[in-house]
Order: sequence, then C-alpha cells, then structure tokens
Amino acid sequence: MTNTQLFTLGNIAVMVVIMWIIPLSFIPFFIWLERKGSAVIQDRVGPDRTNILGFRMLGYIQNFADTLKLFLKESITPEKATGFYYFLAPFWSMTVALLPLLVIPLAAPITLFGQTIRFQAANFNVGVLYIIAVSSLGVFAVVLAGWASNNKFSLLGGLRATAQMVSYELSMALSLTGLLMVYQGVKVDRIVETQGQMLSFAGHTLPLPNWGVFLQPVGFLLFLVAGFAETNRNPFDLAEGENELVAGYHLEYSSVKFALFFMAEYVNMAVVAFVISTLFLGGYQVPFASTEFLNQNPRPTLSILGAAALLGGSLFGFFVYRRADLQKDQFAGMKKWEPYLISAAGAGLAFVGLSALGYALFNGSFLSWMPPLLTALLQVACLLTKVLFFCWLYVWVRWTLPRFRYDQLMGMGWKLMLPLALLNLLVTGVLVLIQK
Amino acid sequence: MRLVERPEIRGTQKFYVLQVLQGLWVTLRHAAANLLYPRRMPVVYFPEEKKSLPPTTRGRHRLMKREDGAPRCTACMLCATACPAECIHILAAESPDSNIEKYPAKFDIDMLRCVFCGYCVDACPLDAIRMDVPEVTLADFTRPSLVYHKEYLMKHDNKDFVPDYNPPRPVKWTHGPHARP
Repeated sequence: MTNTQLFTLGNIAVMVVIMWIIPLSFIPFFIWLERKGSAVIQDRVGPDRTNILGFRMLGYIQNFADTLKLFLKESITPEKATGFYYFLAPFWSMTVALLPLLVIPLAAPITLFGQTIRFQAANFNVGVLYIIAVSSLGVFAVVLAGWASNNKFSLLGGLRATAQMVSYELSMALSLTGLLMVYQGVKVDRIVETQGQMLSFAGHTLPLPNWGVFLQPVGFLLFLVAGFAETNRNPFDLAEGENELVAGYHLEYSSVKFALFFMAEYVNMAVVAFVISTLFLGGYQVPFASTEFLNQNPRPTLSILGAAALLGGSLFGFFVYRRADLQKDQFAGMKKWEPYLISAAGAGLAFVGLSALGYALFNGSFLSWMPPLLTALLQVACLLTKVLFFCWLYVWVRWTLPRFRYDQLMGMGWKLMLPLALLNLLVTGVLVLIQK
Repeated sequence: MRLVERPEIRGTQKFYVLQVLQGLWVTLRHAAANLLYPRRMPVVYFPEEKKSLPPTTRGRHRLMKREDGAPRCTACMLCATACPAECIHILAAESPDSNIEKYPAKFDIDMLRCVFCGYCVDACPLDAIRMDVPEVTLADFTRPSLVYHKEYLMKHDNKDFVPDYNPPRPVKWTHGPHARP
C-alpha cells in the first residue's frame, strides 16, 4: 500500500467516526431544543432547575438527568414477547438511523500539503438511492417492535407505521426522482457540486443559486412533508398516538430499550435535516460563493465566517442576557451569575468574529495552508446552519400543528401527494428534454 | 340541541399549505416575543413564588373553637354521615362542660380519601368545621402524616383567612387574542 492509499484509508476512518459522532451529539441538543422551543412557543420557561453544583447550562443538564433515569430503570420484558425480535427492534432502529449520514459530504475536498482530504465518509456510486434504501429499513424496527411485544396497542401502532411508510415512501422517492433528473446523476457529491453554480434557464443565468429548492419547489415541499411522515413526527405521529394507542409501538419497552427508540427518533430527524439540506438547499455550498472562489479569496471567506460568528454570538448572548435576570432572586443553591457567564461567552464569540472580520478587511495576509482550511470551516458551518434551521422547523411544526386523522393521512398520501409527485415528475421530464 | 356540522375542507384548503403557514406564523410570534421580552410571560415560579388564593377558595379543613378554646364540635356525627368518601372519623366522649353533652375526643380527617366536596361544612349545624384554610398543595411523604388529627385541625384561631388577597399580577399580552392596543 502506498502512502496516499494509507492516507485515504485513515481519512475515511476518521470521517466514519465523525459521521457517527455528529448525529449522536445532536440527540441531547435536539431534545434541549425541543424542550426550550416548545416552552418559548407556549409562553413557558422550560427546564431550568436541574443542576450540577448549581450550574444549569440553560436547562441542558436536564438531558443528563433524564438519560441517567432511563438507564437506571428496571428493564421489563413482557412474558409472552418474542424474545429475539423484541430485543432486536430497538438496536435495529438505532443502527439503521445512523447509516444514511455516511454519504453526506460536510465540505468540498481540500488539498493540504499535497494530500487531498475528503469530508465524505463513503462516496458510493448509488448515493441518493442508498439514502432512500437505508432510511426505509427503519420501518422494520417499528413493525418488529409492534409485533414482538405481543400487545394489541403495540401491534396497531406498528401496523399504522407500516401503512404510513408505504404511502409516503412512494411520494418521497418520486419527489427525489425529479431532482435526480435535473442533476443527471445520483452521486451525492456531484449533486452538491452542481448546486454551487448559478441557476440558468433557457440560456439565461438567473441571480439564484442552482439549488434543488429553486429547481424543484414542488419536490422540495413533497420531500419535506414525506420526511416528517418518515420520521413519525408530529402531524404524522399516528404510530404513537397517545390518546388512541397509549404509546404505540414502543409501549412495552422500558429502560435502555426505550431510550434507544427515543434517541433513534431524534437521530432520524437529524438525518432527514441533513439530507434535505444537502439535496435541496445546496449542502455545504455557501450561496453565491463557489468553492473555487472561496479557495482563491480567503479574505471574503474569513469575512463571512467572522460576520456569522458576530451575528450568532451576539444574538445568542442577547437572548440569554434578556432571560438572565428572570431568575435572579429565585432558586436557592443555583449559581445566579451563570446565565450572565453564558451570555458573556456569546459576546466573546461575537468579539472573536468581529476581530476575524477586522483582520480580513484591513490586514488580510494569509499563509498558504490557511485558505483551504478556512473554506472547509465555512462550508461545514454553512451546512450546520441549514441543518439547524430544519431542526428548528421540526420543533416549530410539532408545537403548531395537531395530529392528522388516519383517513386524512391516507387521503393526503395517496390522493394528494402521489399525484402531485407524478405530475412534478412529468413536468420536470418535459422541461429537462426541452433544455437539451 | 344544536347539530354542529363539521366544516368541509374545500378548495385550496385541501393543500393545507396556507393554513399551516398561518399556524406557524402564530407560534413564531409567540416565540419571538418570549425571547425578546421574557418578563412578560404569564409564568409563576411555583414553590418560590405563590399566587395568593381568592377568599372563596375551598381549601383544607379546620375546626372552629369556642371562646374558651374547646372545639365547637359536639360530635353529632352529621359531617361523618354526610361524607361521601367516609374520611371523617370521630370518637365522641362526654364533655366536661355540663351544658354540652359530648365533645370529640378524636377528630381525624383522612386526606387521602377526602374528595373536597364540602358536604361536611354544609351538614354542620354549629359552623364547627370550615374548609377555608388557603392550602391546596397538600402533599407529604407518608400515609399516616396525611391523616389530620384534631390538634392540627384546631391550630388556627377563628379569624378569617386571606386578608391580603390581591389578584394575580396582570399579564401584559403583546400578542394573541387578548392583546390590547
């Protein structure tokens, strides 16, 4: 094996690990976002009492308490459960949920000291098809859990989930097919590269990036809705409809097994957020700035990074500061200065961003290895921003919309989304042919 | 009887898009207002901060006293008879006062059974039992400690409660159906 091959192997190994760490670290963040987001939407405060030595970290500590509780609980197995499948289901759901992220590129490949570093764990030729195939394996966990628990409510939950997946998987795949026709390929990295260009239609270049959301607006909407259905999220969470099915398919699961289901749901959401951002919102591409441009001009790259840090840090610090004096006189034993410290950290980030901005604008000398690193950093930050937006969208929609009725769900899947997806496919095909 | 017809989903409503966006706009307004003005949230930090209860609150029981400090109760058992939850247990004894026939040697109220219906108060001919102690969070760690005895029920004097009642702090609605210009 040559040195380059070894380096590539190491690169892939590191990326695989990173692509497992990212969704796993998304879980506590996502749960925190859900709690605080729902609180803020419903005029509440949200978790802010759980603490370690008086430190509350804006309620983030609540996650650790909950996880500890779940792991220490008694693990109950129903007497008539089908042993092997009963235990397989939660592990299956978690394992499968972690797989699709492997083909998502975090940034464009960069060349550093003569070596090419790729930010994609696996560059399959089947790219998008792999995502669809693996993400639809997740339903087996739900079906297995529903059937193997030997409980009527679980079984009904599992059946509902199956029917829902069958109905919505069709529109999901069809809405992606339009995208694949537009980009003429299924390799994820190629699709993202193409999205870095400008949108051109009938010979005219439009002032819009070549993103899937502009080329396939209907497909984007359909994929978004199907993504919600695919992850069993709120308007479509009939598989765990509390008022009808107690808890649905995971009714008979307790302790770590339940925790796995619970966490797999959040991993699934993070995965769908990554997939939507990658396929429809340009992935790591910064709008109006292609990878070559960023690589050749480090000053704008650093300026954008600095401005983003300035904006994010100051907004975060501001919101934390507004909230800090709310609990100033309350809660014995809590560190009252902690919110101020966190808001100061936000201000510190803003200051770092400001100095980066100043450096880029007024001095702007860079060593040779800095531009590619800056580009990669900016692109990862850009992708994560898009993903965070979709995470918030998940929370936002959940605390806005009520659950669909079952007949409405089926009617929408078969009578609205499927015809729309087919129509979208037809129109896209005609337009693509005309373009040629 | 009025028959309410289920409104039919028709026209562009079938696509749900506009309606969903309207709903999202409402919740986004709430989120933004609460992030910018957290003080205006109608929130009470409960154990540290308590809402004062209105004077008509039906709270925990208490036993009223005579002028000499003896219970007003004559152990007539009307409250125990009226009680649908059978939570009042009275042991009658001969009263030392020759004008009064009996007094309750024991007067236990099992708060784990009480349903706060107030029938005992209505039944009492002497106004000896009232349910006006402004305590509504009656929680404890053991079962015996939730059976209240005569001494505990008589620890208050005969004065009325909640003289310092003030209505809940007004909520300034910046948005939503209660918003005022």
